[in-house]
Amino acid sequence: MNERSPLAPLDRRLVFVVGKGGVGRSTVAGAVGLLAARRGAQTIVAEVSGRGELLQRFGVADEEGEVEVAPHLWAIQIDTARALDEYLHEHLPLRMLADLVGATRLIGYLAAATPGLREMLNLGKLWELAQTERRVPGTHPYDVVVVDAPASGHSLALLSAAQTFARTAQGGPIARQGGRIDEFLHDREQTAIVAVARPDDAAVTELLELRQRLSDEAGLALDLLVVNAVSREPLDDGQTSSLRAALDQGGLLDAGARLAVQLALREDRESQIEREQIARLTRDLPDIPLVELRRTEHGELASHELEALADQLAAVL
Amino acid sequence: MSVSSALTTRRIYICVGAGGVGKTTSAAAIALGLAARGRRVALITIDPSRRLAGALALDELAGEPQLLSAEHLAPAGVLLRGEVWAMVLDPQRTFDDLIRRLAPDDATRERVFANHIYREISGAVGGSHEFSAIAKLYELDRSGEFDAIVLDTPPSRNALDFLRAPESLMQFFDAPALRLLLAPAGLGARISSRAGAPALALIRRLVGVDLLSEIALFFAAVGSLIGGFRERAAAVEALLRDRGTTFVLVSSLEREPIRESIAFAAQLRQAGLDIGAVVVNRVTVAAPTSREPAAGGDPSATDARRIDEVSLRAALGEELGAIVAASAERAERLARHDQAGVALLRAELGGVPLATVPLLDRSLGELERLGAVARALFNDLGGGKEL
Repeated sequence: MNERSPLAPLDRRLVFVVGKGGVGRSTVAGAVGLLAARRGAQTIVAEVSGRGELLQRFGVADEEGEVEVAPHLWAIQIDTARALDEYLHEHLPLRMLADLVGATRLIGYLAAATPGLREMLNLGKLWELAQTERRVPGTHPYDVVVVDAPASGHSLALLSAAQTFARTAQGGPIARQGGRIDEFLHDREQTAIVAVARPDDAAVTELLELRQRLSDEAGLALDLLVVNAVSREPLDDGQTSSLRAALDQGGLLDAGARLAVQLALREDRESQIEREQIARLTRDLPDIPLVELRRTEHGELASHELEALADQLAAVL
Repeated sequence: MSVSSALTTRRIYICVGAGGVGKTTSAAAIALGLAARGRRVALITIDPSRRLAGALALDELAGEPQLLSAEHLAPAGVLLRGEVWAMVLDPQRTFDDLIRRLAPDDATRERVFANHIYREISGAVGGSHEFSAIAKLYELDRSGEFDAIVLDTPPSRNALDFLRAPESLMQFFDAPALRLLLAPAGLGARISSRAGAPALALIRRLVGVDLLSEIALFFAAVGSLIGGFRERAAAVEALLRDRGTTFVLVSSLEREPIRESIAFAAQLRQAGLDIGAVVVNRVTVAAPTSREPAAGGDPSATDARRIDEVSLRAALGEELGAIVAASAERAERLARHDQAGVALLRAELGGVPLATVPLLDRSLGELERLGAVARALFNDLGGGKEL
């Protein structure tokens, strides 16, 4: 382990936020980005192959390119076609660019048919965003790039794209550049992977599987676990038995109060199940630091939710 | 039309929705309800994360329909007059089966299987998953072995690809670019001649010669299969639009799922596809603690379920009384929030029958839970426990 705080993914240039669909990956990515920006880092949050959910959180849906959304904070929707275009302009000699028009459709078909090429282009764009010297004209460098990665299986495809593509293409400039990108991903001074789960069985199981596959198939490790939407601490045993005793004691509670006690006990069972799932994570992955985020109130405004989660993260990161 | 009858009158039910909304459990519950009505039901999932096996309290699900015994399903508390057959789709295998069926001869088949581009495309890399799923759906439907088929799909961002799968596959094979590649003096020849078209020279420069030859070989190998693929894709698309097919939109009441459900419904409608029912999961039903009368309610009405924090404290002590009161208050806020969410979904999806499934006690076993969901969806399953 290096000398830095293990809870310091914000020290890295490229931070991937991965996890199952529906666990709040975009929200956590947004909160991580917001926190980095609050601390003065030039930060960009990048959404890969989503539908602009994260951009919508910042109130800038459907915009192209790097959009400033808050002080020190930018957002971008990664667009494969655009990434390809940028790549071609950077790598091809001028005389060949004229042929580009005729080739675009053909390249599009090939990109669809070529294993890993799409992911490779997306990954290449993320890497480009994280470089101290940007290659795309008219852009500026960032200190931190936070990636709202696609759902589990697709994240794996993204993070292993450089390897997959090198294996398939066996040569060529994209595969060569892939080697450099892959090195960057494996450099834990540069890249961090944050995995998000909810404290339920399905999400925890999927996180454990994803960690295993990331390790086996891409040689990558997780830097931080975020358990999102934890409701509250369970009651202690004395409290639950007092509540049960009160229910059993006829006449002590009126109908409304009985119902309230039943609700409280049910809520407590939920909390206990959550604790069991969090315990599963700490038991199976004892060396990876874990952060719990409290569930925010339903119906809270999207922007407030991000601020509130960033506050919670600030206390531990 | 009620949800109960909307979920009975069709042959094919495709469950779609955002991640984490309980799609798999809903699909299983629909299958259970249909089986209770005497149907022989196939329940298919393409979710690789073993969720369906979990929902059905099984350790493992096979790649072929497997009959779930009435004994195994007994804890669900639903009387089955029909049968539930469940399977998890193996996209690689389904795609291979399709190639096997479409290949004109053994040699072509082996050439396709040996091509490593094919291995990558038909395997873990996205895209073909969705096509494989509906190819299987089509096959099971054609087999005539089942009265009803319920399909559980991946989360909605992928389900959009899923809807486009037949179309995009056809476009892919119809592409002029592809014909260029497949022409007798096509890509393979051009690569080796070095005098290829400028566009090809550019691609060669981009992806490297080896990859390009692999791709050329791949297309040469699948070339003879294209006619079959096109027919199959057209048939599959027709099946999605068949009157016997309907989509079941599954949602929860959190912000993102609501938003995605509304967007998804619009996309289904735009594509001319039928939405048979909306299933809203994990709804907090009762608001037992009304400190204030409900809006529009009679302020003088005494609510038997009304909670008095003072008497709670008196009965349970300061600390516990406060804990219980706070918990009841949270439940009330949630119930109000959920009522608003349901109202919003009803308004946005106007006319589509909508069923709410109450938030279930997490200490319930998987099958009990499944039975409870089925009873929430089908009004005449009986024998249910009050939850």
